[in-house]
Amino acid sequence: MSGIDHARRQILAWGAAMAGVTLAPGVTLFQLAQGRPPAEPASKAVRWGMLVDANRCASDCDACVTACDKENGLSGARTPTSAQWIRKVELKDLRGGPAKSAPVMCQHCAEPPCVDVCPTGASFKRADGIVLVDRHTCIGCRYCVMACPYQARSFVHEPVTDQKPEVPRGKGCVESCTLCVHRIDRDRIPACVEACAATGHKAILFGNLNDPASEISQRIAQFSTTALRPDLKLNPGVRYQGL
Amino acid sequence: MADRGNFGGTFGGGARARARRRATGLAFVLGCVLCGVLGGALPAIAAEGPASRVPKPVVAISAPGQCVEDTQFMLRNHMEILKHHRDQTVHQGVRTTQHSLANCVACHASKATGRVTGSKDAFCESCHRFAAVTLDCFECHADHPPAGIATNAALPGVVPR
Repeated sequence: MSGIDHARRQILAWGAAMAGVTLAPGVTLFQLAQGRPPAEPASKAVRWGMLVDANRCASDCDACVTACDKENGLSGARTPTSAQWIRKVELKDLRGGPAKSAPVMCQHCAEPPCVDVCPTGASFKRADGIVLVDRHTCIGCRYCVMACPYQARSFVHEPVTDQKPEVPRGKGCVESCTLCVHRIDRDRIPACVEACAATGHKAILFGNLNDPASEISQRIAQFSTTALRPDLKLNPGVRYQGL
Repeated sequence: MADRGNFGGTFGGGARARARRRATGLAFVLGCVLCGVLGGALPAIAAEGPASRVPKPVVAISAPGQCVEDTQFMLRNHMEILKHHRDQTVHQGVRTTQHSLANCVACHASKATGRVTGSKDAFCESCHRFAAVTLDCFECHADHPPAGIATNAALPGVVPR
């Protein structure tokens, strides 16, 4: 009897120690594992990012693009004036090297040029590193569209109907990948990551770049990865492997 | 010379004071009229008085008394609450449902059409037509509850007043 009690107490003590592991002031391992409560603002302790593995990305697959269109209520049309938040890009070495394929979307830069040029403050970076457009403040000037070196932003030219309740969008505003912020805030991964995993390619990995224990941080520490246009020193949250 | 100066000064001051009194009186009367119109109109929306020739908006509330705040408070301040919550949600990622537009829509969508706009009897549109206030929210936001949420039911996490 006393032996059982002893073991039970030991387990309880371990549990208390695990729950109390402090990663940063006010942030414990326990809190990160549980996710953020709805009333709590996004925290600087987290920086959301993605790692795209071009070796796993199939050139004939566009599951991430269609999933993005479906999740965010985009039409999926590919006219010059239709919005597209994520697109597949083919890279071919003209000297006969292998062709690579990878999705390109808003890179969620730490130093976003779109935020620098926005005259109204509508383009902004959230505390957890997600770059967004506040459509209530956007005047549709499209400076950010010009400033973005990744051509990630779209302008809504036509009136929009039947929007998704989670993704309000309308004519006259600039928009881009939100990293599925409405899903992240509810502890779900972005739609493109989920769709890519469902095809079995698992080419996109989503996670917290600020947490050294996260899978994305460990893969970045282990393998050679690159940012697109590293010469611009924008420190994007989206990194690429195998390009 | 000094006297004339004083006299002139006093006279000028009296004329200005009279003009100010007149302007104040006019503003007071205008204010009373405006308050009467607005103050009378807003409670009339909620009150169920005897039949009147004054056209009133149709406000059909399927679950009376279940609102997140007092009805009279909501009539006057719903836009401020929504604006505050919208900034918190967009910029900070606060996703509480208590004061969210999605929750307003989920509860107040018409039983017939499932929407809060689109007809003169729809919850938001009926009042906004009556008050001649442009309703811009639904140019971008969905005017129907999200899939999987029953119409006229609060979203999860909402506490009725």
